[in-house]
Amino acid sequence: MAGDIKIRTRAAQKPSQRGTEESPVMKWVLIIVALGFCLVFLLLPLANVFAQAFSKGWTYYLRSLTEPDSWAAIRLTLIVAAITVPLNVMFGLAAAWAIAKFDFRGKSLLITLIDLPFSVSPVVAGLMFVVLFGLQGFFGKWLQAYDVKIIFAVPGIVLATTFVTFPFVARELIPVMQATGTEQEQAALTLGANGWQTFWHVTLPSVKWGLIYGIILCNARAMGEFGAVSVVSGHIAGQTDTMPLRVQKLYEEYNAPAAFAVASLLALLALLTLGIKTLLEWRQAREYEKAQRAQADNP
Amino acid sequence: MSIELQKVTKNFGEVTAVANVSFSVKEGELMALLGPSGGGKTTVLRMIAGLEVPTTGDVFIRGQRVNDLSVQQRNIGFVFQNYALFKNMNVYKNVAFGLKIKKWKRKAIKERITELLELFGLAGLDKRYPHQLSGGQRQRVAIARALAPKPSVLLLDEPFGAVDAKIRQELREWLVTLHHDLNVTTIFVTHDQEEAMEVANRIVIFSRGRLEQVGAPREVYEQPANEFVARFIGVMNVIEPEVSNGVARLGELEFPSHGLETGQKLRIGFRPYAVQISSDLTQYRYRAVLRRTFFLGVMLRVELELPSGLVIRARMSKEEYAHQCLEDGKEVSFQIRQYRVLARDQNALSAETELIYQPPPVVGENI
Repeated sequence: MAGDIKIRTRAAQKPSQRGTEESPVMKWVLIIVALGFCLVFLLLPLANVFAQAFSKGWTYYLRSLTEPDSWAAIRLTLIVAAITVPLNVMFGLAAAWAIAKFDFRGKSLLITLIDLPFSVSPVVAGLMFVVLFGLQGFFGKWLQAYDVKIIFAVPGIVLATTFVTFPFVARELIPVMQATGTEQEQAALTLGANGWQTFWHVTLPSVKWGLIYGIILCNARAMGEFGAVSVVSGHIAGQTDTMPLRVQKLYEEYNAPAAFAVASLLALLALLTLGIKTLLEWRQAREYEKAQRAQADNP
Repeated sequence: MSIELQKVTKNFGEVTAVANVSFSVKEGELMALLGPSGGGKTTVLRMIAGLEVPTTGDVFIRGQRVNDLSVQQRNIGFVFQNYALFKNMNVYKNVAFGLKIKKWKRKAIKERITELLELFGLAGLDKRYPHQLSGGQRQRVAIARALAPKPSVLLLDEPFGAVDAKIRQELREWLVTLHHDLNVTTIFVTHDQEEAMEVANRIVIFSRGRLEQVGAPREVYEQPANEFVARFIGVMNVIEPEVSNGVARLGELEFPSHGLETGQKLRIGFRPYAVQISSDLTQYRYRAVLRRTFFLGVMLRVELELPSGLVIRARMSKEEYAHQCLEDGKEVSFQIRQYRVLARDQNALSAETELIYQPPPVVGENI
């Protein structure tokens, strides 16, 4: 009996790998291919961005960024993100709530619609807004009569960016909210909390990490969007150029160091996003582990 | 009357979850809503809480009609099946939630929580988060949270469903003690008849959305209102003898049935404890062979096989079993001390009764 158990434990400690074992040569070839790919296609270009940006030194770098048109582009990008992200947070929360907590007709249609911006080319998205709000568009005459400018102006850029970044928050929240269910909210109601108190004290904290994650992804895309914005912006220097558009313009003017200086800011944003994302995932994993351990301590 | 339901019906679309249910709960009572799953008992509990609105009928709490009152206005404490503790708050904040919402003073909140945690054996755990607690602790936190704002009634949905068997027994006893100490009107939902019998002062039995019987545990056990209750509460031998010449017969068993026509069928039930066994073959009327013995602790259950092949279940104490020198394979005599006619006319045995009846687990029953 005891011998039986011993044999089984030993077998368990050394799981058979025959099915998946490859020769060591194969293992290293695969690792080198994967790493090499990352190096050539990701790390080198990224390093190059910063190398080019600083090729004429710090002063030139700073001057490139503070030059009026570039500075305007940076400001515009921040403004667009500052409007777009909260809009999509509100929309994302509402959509995720509706999908996770209610049953209604057309629910699967709503889920499909939320994914639409992912499947539509950003250029097409931009064109849609031109067709709607442009001078020759459906609402063009009416808008002109009231002197409202949307296309080739900031509102158009905000609309296009909102469209493109629309799925990020909702996509992150839906699975989290579905997993949480509605019992905690109902418990809050039975304890006398009204809808707003329930949302603020119970719902929001329980989706906190998913929400933050959605926000940083949404923000990264909002600041980096090129295609859709390019179509609706009109490229008016100092007025409707966002950072990605500004980078393209500077590059076409053969001012590579200035183009890379602005690009370096976007690259930095990407790195920052990646960093926060990793940190969040690490924190979540740690919290999960802690919960598991606590469970084991307290059966 | 603390709580009263009058002709309450609840439909979910086409499905009727609760049909025309009326019952009342007295102040300070500990009441069980019992029935098989899908019986409508949780829906009834949620309607009392205000988490569901009755389609028709009225719900009263302390004489006030509460149909139009929201959950928040009803002053109830609700304990969810999986406790629904706020995961992002520690024990203290969980219990304090209802008090903060009701704008209690900080000092009063602190006093109330200290008192509750002490009473619930949770002192020192106030900084812990739900995931750092055991199942039993979580349940006590959930009950403490529900009781903190001093509700007029405590409602618990399957309170012992989510913990393992040993802790379940402790929690049952604890709930009885707690109810005794606090004397707050309490209603809990369970599908476990044993649990309902042990914990509750009175039991409401549901099946398929209908109320089958309301009564004290002993009442529903000894005087079941109908066949469903009789078969759902405890183990019962059920046989269907046929009448001939004023006697209903099945195999060797005979039951007097005056005034019934020959050829008619009866449905008769008797509890295992109503079967008396003796190793003296001449003592009782019927003979059988003791086929199998199940040891259930203090009590034993035996299966008797009659010469005709009919098998019935009986129950006796260990002492009795030893005293009679019984063992598997031994021939015995027996009699049926007490039985009930569950149904008289074969046609009246509705198909529904048959369908909802789930045979109680045979081994491990204590009643």
